[in-house]
Amino acid sequence: MIQNFPILVVILPLITAFLIPLIGWWRKKYCLYISILSILSVFIISIYLLNSVMASGVVRYDLGGWEPPYGIEYVVDLLSIFMIILIAFISLVIAIYSKKSVEKELSDNIVAFYTLFMLLIAGLLGIVITGDLFNLYVFLEISSLTAYALIAVGEKRDALLASFNYLIIGTIAACFILLGIGFLYMVTGSLNIADLSAKLPEAYSLYPRVVLAAMIFFVVGLSIKMALFPLHTWLPNAYTHAPSVVSALIAALMTKVGAYMMIRIMFTVFGIHFVTEVIPVTSILSWVAAIAIIVGSINAIAQTDIKRMLAYSSVSQIGYIVLGIGLANSIGLTGGILHIINHAFMKGCLFLAVGAVIYQTGIRDIRDFQGIGKKMPYTMAAFSIAALSMVGVPPLCGFFSKWFLALGSIESGKWIFAVIILLSSLLNAGYFFRVLEKVWFGESPHEGVDEAPKSMLVPILILAAGCILLGIFVFIQSSFIKSIANTLL
Amino acid sequence: MSKKKIISNEQRESVIVRTISRIMIPFIQLFGLYVIIHGETSPGGGFQGGVIMGTSIILLAIVFDLEEAERRISRKSLTALMSFGLLIYSGIGVLDMLSGGKYLEYTKLPLPLPAHEISTLSMLGVEIGIGITVMAVIILLFFYMVGDQNAT
Repeated sequence: MIQNFPILVVILPLITAFLIPLIGWWRKKYCLYISILSILSVFIISIYLLNSVMASGVVRYDLGGWEPPYGIEYVVDLLSIFMIILIAFISLVIAIYSKKSVEKELSDNIVAFYTLFMLLIAGLLGIVITGDLFNLYVFLEISSLTAYALIAVGEKRDALLASFNYLIIGTIAACFILLGIGFLYMVTGSLNIADLSAKLPEAYSLYPRVVLAAMIFFVVGLSIKMALFPLHTWLPNAYTHAPSVVSALIAALMTKVGAYMMIRIMFTVFGIHFVTEVIPVTSILSWVAAIAIIVGSINAIAQTDIKRMLAYSSVSQIGYIVLGIGLANSIGLTGGILHIINHAFMKGCLFLAVGAVIYQTGIRDIRDFQGIGKKMPYTMAAFSIAALSMVGVPPLCGFFSKWFLALGSIESGKWIFAVIILLSSLLNAGYFFRVLEKVWFGESPHEGVDEAPKSMLVPILILAAGCILLGIFVFIQSSFIKSIANTLL
Repeated sequence: MSKKKIISNEQRESVIVRTISRIMIPFIQLFGLYVIIHGETSPGGGFQGGVIMGTSIILLAIVFDLEEAERRISRKSLTALMSFGLLIYSGIGVLDMLSGGKYLEYTKLPLPLPAHEISTLSMLGVEIGIGITVMAVIILLFFYMVGDQNAT
């Protein structure tokens, strides 16, 4: 069974998703427990896989016993296992949190919710583990389609519009990615990532325009999927109107997996030489990212709805990750990948905390947050930790990814990006302190509001503790991530 | 406000259409089964066959009415079939893993048959699973799209 662990990472959530409708028929509340059990086993398997990757290098698994260039191959390398553990951990925490929130917001659709939830996680895990380009597209579609449906079950009618908007834009993006895959298949005759990237230089010398077109399709499609400015327009509405659990899940994981695909396609498929020297995609991306950082922050300041504010803040944070990719040097890419995990913890914590406030009081307007810190001290303490981490206060994790990004931009001689990172930290401080001031200093008009229930509070506190621990023990993960970055470059 | 019917009952109950549908539906289903079973050696397969099976019930719902179709096969059992079909597919993969092979490596199944026949049988199982799921999903989609207009 141990040799089958790479496939089990994807198959366990997938089979759970099919079992849930049958079990939900019998006992609705078991849906949650079986989801948690399945994600927990994926987490344990991924820890085991981490050990074997660290001990003996890349783990490869060919489905159905078909040999790699012809069959589908699953490849677990350092970057994949890093993403698998991140996805398994965050989704486990969110699944525990989801109990009360889903019971309240989606009481009629519990069974359908958990089916889609598990399918989404299976899709995300599939994207990061597969070593086959078309298989990656299939998993991308699984995760996107379930995300559209999960957003659409939000309480208000606006959620339908937001979901439809995302559906149209996301489908265009998926078409671009599919065209990119098709073009590469046309010139190399292979879909296996390792095989394809080996054949690509020869194919480029024969058909340069096709490869360039494929590159452009990939970059634009993935930019839409990860909501890089100016292609971010689907994101604010989708995050704002989705149920709290779904907002946290897609904010913490969906765009991160988009970033993973960007890294994979830029550095593993096309290779560092191609994206920096043959066609300077990375320098274009780093400029776009710099604009995204500033524009996202400024938009966030202008918002009154707290979820929409967090959504615009995501637009700016995705800018950081793309900046790390765009710098394309060891330190910069380390900062970018570090920001993937840091932002997943921070934004997950923020959305869960806001979800708990909405669960207890129903308020979403920042002006109504007055004095809520006295009523829900633990939730708001976690919120504050994550917010301070976003601003970049030193012992917390957000500081270190910005630090690496700034070092990376100085190393590549682009001082302007370091200035932009500093400026954006000030803007972050602007919009988060506006909330924190309301939360902690203000007379509370909320009578009889209690702390969030324990099943919601514990996940929030775990993620907040994660923000602190990832900051204090940054040297452990930064050396790990540096070795990931060095294998990619 | 009472529900207005666009088509009166007399217009709906066309004897010719109903009789022909009644005769045709079993043959449509038989053809669907044929396409599913011949999937692994000839054009066709679980997806196409499942759609054909599904259209037979959709034809029933169009020619008679939704209640008649739902009386034959309820939404609940369709949901169960949807999961069941997928479980057949992934279950065969899991069986392969349990018998020492890789996921969907059919030949490792401990059956007293030559390897290629085990492979054929497993593929047939997979096709049947896909067929059941596709049929259930096609019918469910139709039921939900048509049913919601009648509901209010």
